[in-house]
Amino acid sequence: MSDITTQSLTSLVNNIKNKKLSSEEVTQAFVDRSEKSKELNAYITEDFSNAINKAKKFDQNPNLDLKLPGIPMAVKDLFCTENIRTTAGSKILENFIPTYESTVTQNIWNEGAILLGKLNCDEFAMGSSNETSFYGNVQNPIDNGLVPGGSSGGSAAAVSGQLTPITIGTDTGGSIRQPASFTGTVGLKPTYGSCSRYGIVAFASSLDQAGPMAQNVEDCALLQEVISTYDKKDSTSIDFKRNDYSKELTKNIKGKKIGIPKEYRVEGMPKEIEDLWQKGIQYAKECGAEIIDISLPNTSYALPTYYIVAPAEASSNLARYDGVKYGFRAKGENLIDMYEKTRSEGFGAEVQRRIMIGTYVLSSGYYDAYYLKAQKVRKLIKNDFDEAYKKVDAILTPSTPSSAFKIGEKKDDPVSMYLNDIFTVPVNLAGLPAISIPAGHDASGYPLGLQIIGKAFKEQEILNVAYAMEDKINFKNKITDWWIK
Amino acid sequence: MSIDLKTIKHISKLSRISVDEQKAEKLAGDLNSIFEFIEKLNELNTDKVEPLTSVAETTLKFRSDEVKSENIREQIIKNSPEDNEDFFVVPKVVE
Repeated sequence: MSDITTQSLTSLVNNIKNKKLSSEEVTQAFVDRSEKSKELNAYITEDFSNAINKAKKFDQNPNLDLKLPGIPMAVKDLFCTENIRTTAGSKILENFIPTYESTVTQNIWNEGAILLGKLNCDEFAMGSSNETSFYGNVQNPIDNGLVPGGSSGGSAAAVSGQLTPITIGTDTGGSIRQPASFTGTVGLKPTYGSCSRYGIVAFASSLDQAGPMAQNVEDCALLQEVISTYDKKDSTSIDFKRNDYSKELTKNIKGKKIGIPKEYRVEGMPKEIEDLWQKGIQYAKECGAEIIDISLPNTSYALPTYYIVAPAEASSNLARYDGVKYGFRAKGENLIDMYEKTRSEGFGAEVQRRIMIGTYVLSSGYYDAYYLKAQKVRKLIKNDFDEAYKKVDAILTPSTPSSAFKIGEKKDDPVSMYLNDIFTVPVNLAGLPAISIPAGHDASGYPLGLQIIGKAFKEQEILNVAYAMEDKINFKNKITDWWIK
Repeated sequence: MSIDLKTIKHISKLSRISVDEQKAEKLAGDLNSIFEFIEKLNELNTDKVEPLTSVAETTLKFRSDEVKSENIREQIIKNSPEDNEDFFVVPKVVE
């Protein structure tokens, strides 16, 4: 079968279960295509020969009751994988080989999946274009010279370019949804506490969540079902009743109330984004949903709040990289000099910038003015959502204020880069689930996404809305294989 | 408010990241534009607002304090840039 890599995860799972395809055939097909796709720079570390061996072993005694039987999968290089190098896109972890496995990836292997390799990302997940990676920028499969978004840029490119049937990313301020939107794929950021953070390289612990990135909503629901578990190893993991997301998926969203927040109509937003949003509202109505205008009055304060909270937590989390216990070490004249040179040479510019911001807002004399202030505004932002959810079941917005931009275009202007996350950041601050689905194209043919935000723990609800709308939208990604050698 | 070079040097020391003059100037420029953007929060009166420290409205679960993994010294030391098999090695701190 030459069309293996174009199949959805669900169809591959069915074909393996019905013995129409072997794990080896499927794994080989994705390895072959990944080998021809070096130009995308989606991988940091490949584990192809091991993958083929594991697939052969799976086929000898296949357990077809598993949810991901013999399915090859590459994952974002922010998840610790036992005995496989994990870099977080940073020079400081260039030689780091974890001695343990993250809970989320362990859940995936427990259901029969096979690791293909580790996917490129912005350094420590800090970025919106994958340009801050020490291992070079990733190309968007949509067009040569275009960013795939970030920080899960390698993950988005790998799904969109069909180098892996599905993948996982992490989302601290939009790092799953924005790249999904830029590459014409589906990305879900689950409720805070839904997926364990154990073994994920930490960025901002009160915001980080792992989630699936897929070709379609059905695949996304299946992977969410696998990765979302209560985990004692993560003290913020929440013990709630999780749905069988893929089995309970329905296109029947009749009578669901969907809110349209007027504050997301931001100044300078391109007309094509507004048009896309209107189209989305129309589709939701056609699916039988009831559209209700709502207000989230503090939306414009979300991004400034995020740029205090996230760097503050990052500066604290990244204090562990001191050149002593693991990772890169620079030579120094004494201990302090060694610390300072290690961190100066080991971290890239954006990571250093954020550590500096975080250190400053937490420093004596500035804590109340910045960090405490941000925590209070964060409360107001969460209150906005609580208030809105008294009236609606879900909220529909654009995923991003623009389509994918050119590599290098925003690199030297941090604030304009940060504005990419204007629609995604409020969700992380409030700890809510949200999904981005591809919904149209701009004038250049680049994909645009719509975001559906849900109530806490109501992943099923937004997956259902996304599933129903996906059917109406009937999006086709325009992939030309321009990079295939 | 403006972040000057002296402040940059101070933050650099607190965060244990060495910066030379050129890098300090670039950082000062970047941080000033970011803080200009952050100052927007001052428009809001938050005097009566409780700070949000956790989005999860559950209290953290207690667990018993038990040793779960033993004899993992080798694993812990495995990724260290320099060790003598039993300990992490750092530049001399006591003369």
